[in-house]
Amino acid sequence: MALLDVRDLSVVFKRKGTRPFTAVDGVSFSVEPGQTVGLVGESGSGKSVTSLAIMGLLRKRGAEIGGSVTFEDTELLTLSDKQLRDRRGRDLGMVFQDPLSSLNPVITIGLQITEVLERHRGMSRKEARVEAAELLDRVGLPDPQRRIDEYPHQLSGGMRQRVLIAIALACRPKLLIADEPTTALDVTIQAQILSLLSELVSETDTALIMITHDLGIVAGLCDDVNVMYGGRIVERAQRHDLFDRSRHPYTHGLLQSIPRLDAPRGEPLTPIRGSVSDNIEWEQGCAFAPRCPNATDVCWSEPPELKADDGRMLRCHNPVAIGDAVTEGAL
Amino acid sequence: MSILSTRKADKIDSLAEGGTSLAMDALRRTFRSPVAILGLVIVGLFVILAIISPFVAPKDPYRPYPELKAELTPSNIPGPMPGFLLGSDQNGYDFFSRLLVGAQQTLFVGVFATLIGVTIGMIIGGLAGAFGGWVDSLLMRLTDIMLSIPSLLLAISIAALMPGSQWTVIIAVAMIGVPVFARLLRGAMMAQRSSDHVLAATALGVKRRTIVFRHMLPNSIGPVIVQATLTLATAIIDAAALSFLGLGDSDWRRAEWGLMLGNAQELLSVKPSLAFFPAIAIIVVALGFTLLGESMRESLDPKNRR
Repeated sequence: MALLDVRDLSVVFKRKGTRPFTAVDGVSFSVEPGQTVGLVGESGSGKSVTSLAIMGLLRKRGAEIGGSVTFEDTELLTLSDKQLRDRRGRDLGMVFQDPLSSLNPVITIGLQITEVLERHRGMSRKEARVEAAELLDRVGLPDPQRRIDEYPHQLSGGMRQRVLIAIALACRPKLLIADEPTTALDVTIQAQILSLLSELVSETDTALIMITHDLGIVAGLCDDVNVMYGGRIVERAQRHDLFDRSRHPYTHGLLQSIPRLDAPRGEPLTPIRGSVSDNIEWEQGCAFAPRCPNATDVCWSEPPELKADDGRMLRCHNPVAIGDAVTEGAL
Repeated sequence: MSILSTRKADKIDSLAEGGTSLAMDALRRTFRSPVAILGLVIVGLFVILAIISPFVAPKDPYRPYPELKAELTPSNIPGPMPGFLLGSDQNGYDFFSRLLVGAQQTLFVGVFATLIGVTIGMIIGGLAGAFGGWVDSLLMRLTDIMLSIPSLLLAISIAALMPGSQWTVIIAVAMIGVPVFARLLRGAMMAQRSSDHVLAATALGVKRRTIVFRHMLPNSIGPVIVQATLTLATAIIDAAALSFLGLGDSDWRRAEWGLMLGNAQELLSVKPSLAFFPAIAIIVVALGFTLLGESMRESLDPKNRR
């Protein structure tokens, strides 16, 4: 039984006077307890909106959410605001992208941890403080007894992200959603934060949804990877399958545009041509067709379905040939 | 070159302290400017005077003195004489003592009018910002209506409808500030609503009430505090204006600058100093609060952050 089961999730933003915009379209995936699932895509692919929809954080007005999100037999999309608030933080945690703006600047980090502990674990202020210091210690914040009374601006970026992780894991949620948790950090800190995340997640058997545009993070962390494009999942595979033999031209292009240490010297990187704004509507055909090197007439006229193929799910009329993928896509 | 390097040194110093909050930083920048220091000095002196004036006033400000009364005629008000630094007022009271004690009464009116204005304004703005939706629309249209009435006209109407007392003046002047504070807080809270840390707190299941009082309100209060300082200046002037128009305190004996100024208007030809000194006092104090408030506003404005 899956911990989280997302079925046919769709999010349509509607605003008076403008055309409705479909940000997420028929996304389905599931997460097993303790599993790490990646949600990969470039800006505007709908990965963040998917996570906000799962958490129930999209404003009801203006966003029309369809499909179903089942968490341990509970349908999250129909829960009342109050019921959701009881679940958030306790069963479902979230780590956001920008660690500075995600912390309240006017209260101490200690208070920001204890308020969650008091809320969900019914601790007294004193107990919560002791627990908060322990949590800060566990996420590797130096000198937690002193730091607990400091304000966010007194901490460095990496420390702030550690604090956010401590807050998110304070109530031992069963599922943690990390929305680009390392984007605002520099590379050395990124590695530390990622290894901390994976360590804590495996220690506490927490399931993790990792949202990122960075395939390097996925390669190091995720069991299953969902690649999103234009609001739909275009390829889903196990990590090794995806990196060794990417089949969707988009995934393939992403991998080719990353510099590799084992590539011959002087070999140019191959970017994906065009940009997201070139997309055509999924109703017309394949949204990626205008940018796709493999596109044929059928891609422009007939929307591809997500189908099982070669041990994975693939949404493509003209996938990268298996032989090509092995030689060129290896990371 | 030298300016550049000291700037750099400043920056490095502040980094070494582990960074500074916006508030502390703003405070430091505020008092780097001489204008702000002048404002602070005026306001400081005024507040000290208001506190100590009952104890340092040479004579009782609420009692006529026979020495003064003896020389008081409708066409002659005694000037300075031994023991009475500025002579008599129109009722044979010691004018100098009344001027000193006037600081206290004026501060009282200004502070309470501002406090009441801030409180009511913050309740309205806070509700609008916390709930949004139709609550917000309703409350904001109400403040729009209040704002559409010229402020002094609004105060005059309220003062005219109520019995003439000191509290009438305070409430009338407070009402001028209400829509301003309501809008200010509502705007700041709306900005907080969509901020990342409020979203993060929501994602942690923090209760709505806690989010409003711990996460939104404390982050929205800065501009309100600055506006309150500026409002103190206008509140003092508006209170004086009401008194001057005869809509103020009906207790003519009360030593309050606006009232003293108002009561002196028929005597301008007899003893102009009766109007001159209270007027100057009001101008200087209002200037002090304005200078202080404006410098605080400027340094809190992120656009001016250097």
